Amino acid sequence: MSTRTGKQTIVLGSPPVVIGGAAIVGKKEGDGPLARFFDQIIDDEYFGEKSFEKAESRLLRDTLVKTLEKCGKSASNVHFIISGDLQNQCTAASYAFRDVQVPFLGIYGACSTMAESLAIGAVLIDAGAAEMTACITSSHFCSAEKQFRYPLEFGSQRTPTAQWTVTGAGCILLEKQGNGPGITHLTCGTVIDMGIKDANNMGGAMAPAACDTILRHLEDTGRSLDYYDLVLTGDLGSFGRSMLVKLLRDNGVDPGDRYNDCGCMIFDLERQDVVCGGSGCGCSAAVLSTYVLELMNQRKLNKVLFVATGALLSPTWIQQGDSIPSIAHAVSLENTP
Amino acid sequence: MTDIVKAFITGGIICVIAQLLTDYTGITPARIMVLFVVTGVVLGILGIYPAIVEFGGAGATIPLTGFGNTLAKGVIKAVNETGLAGVLTGGVKAASAGISSAITFGYIMAIVSKPKLK
Repeated sequence: MSTRTGKQTIVLGSPPVVIGGAAIVGKKEGDGPLARFFDQIIDDEYFGEKSFEKAESRLLRDTLVKTLEKCGKSASNVHFIISGDLQNQCTAASYAFRDVQVPFLGIYGACSTMAESLAIGAVLIDAGAAEMTACITSSHFCSAEKQFRYPLEFGSQRTPTAQWTVTGAGCILLEKQGNGPGITHLTCGTVIDMGIKDANNMGGAMAPAACDTILRHLEDTGRSLDYYDLVLTGDLGSFGRSMLVKLLRDNGVDPGDRYNDCGCMIFDLERQDVVCGGSGCGCSAAVLSTYVLELMNQRKLNKVLFVATGALLSPTWIQQGDSIPSIAHAVSLENTP
Repeated sequence: MTDIVKAFITGGIICVIAQLLTDYTGITPARIMVLFVVTGVVLGILGIYPAIVEFGGAGATIPLTGFGNTLAKGVIKAVNETGLAGVLTGGVKAASAGISSAITFGYIMAIVSKPKLK
């Protein structure tokens, strides 16, 4: 059974196990430093579909199929699909799973969606409400540009501070028992708004939320950051990452070299013209479900704190002059000794 | 040949201004476009833009500021011919060729082409 500790942290009595994961990404991500970890790289941003929205849906569907294949499971084993994306009304996910006869929970937490999905999936299993859950999120550069900025047809120039939305989807299968790292603790963050209004500075808006959730997690669990081999935020980008390091140091916590950010890892910031790094629900999902999971299974990493961050804005609210509320959820993944 | 060079320099400078606004002010592209049209109108009324057109030709008429200038020119002409009602009718009348071709060719391009990643 799950219990609470401290103000915001959940301790999972029998940690649900990450039995496997998979990710399918776009061409640009496939040209990045983590390319060899991804299960499939698609060259065509339409992915054989008629629109970018449909392409994103197919990314989700194919990623789920690939994950089930890798784990030797079938859809009928899955008790819940918990999924989200960046499209209006979360439709990439809803349309992706309309032909899959599995109970579906559509969620939205912007780029923090993967952590939210893992939190819900893990608690459902620990509560005995499910044997197996699929946690899967996606983003697509072209559909996100249309959703949050301008459609590509408009041919708008990108500002120098913008992050690059990752085209990709990542899926993790959680099961009651099995081989793999377990989810031991969850710290769900509160909505934090420091009044930043520049929609091109989402890393700066999200860094305080990440800092708050990390400090809360440490206080609630009584752990220090040294406890973890890797603390991974997703996706603050290079600007947000350095801001988080500074915020943590101001609070007497030195992350040292055990800290990294998914948005900075998925692209080569020098070479790939992405300015501040990657973003989008597909970014942290793809990095966690492939690279991090592989290193954990090889026991090169044993304790990972995954802190996915989200900027909870919409174009309408920004046009009305409001600031950007942000959130971060922390998921503690640990190998059994 | 000198006309081409003059047009290139004039149009180039206008675009550089837009690029600098994008890079250093954080103004959204839509606002820059509106700003350019309004600037064209103001410069047109003041008689400054026609002098730029004189020098730069197409380099000055094709960017959005040129569209603003055309609106201003049309309004002035219509007011002289028909009185105050020209304020409402003159601008769009003068810019009709530009507006109609933007819609027509935009529609054709939307049919024959597909957006892609750069």
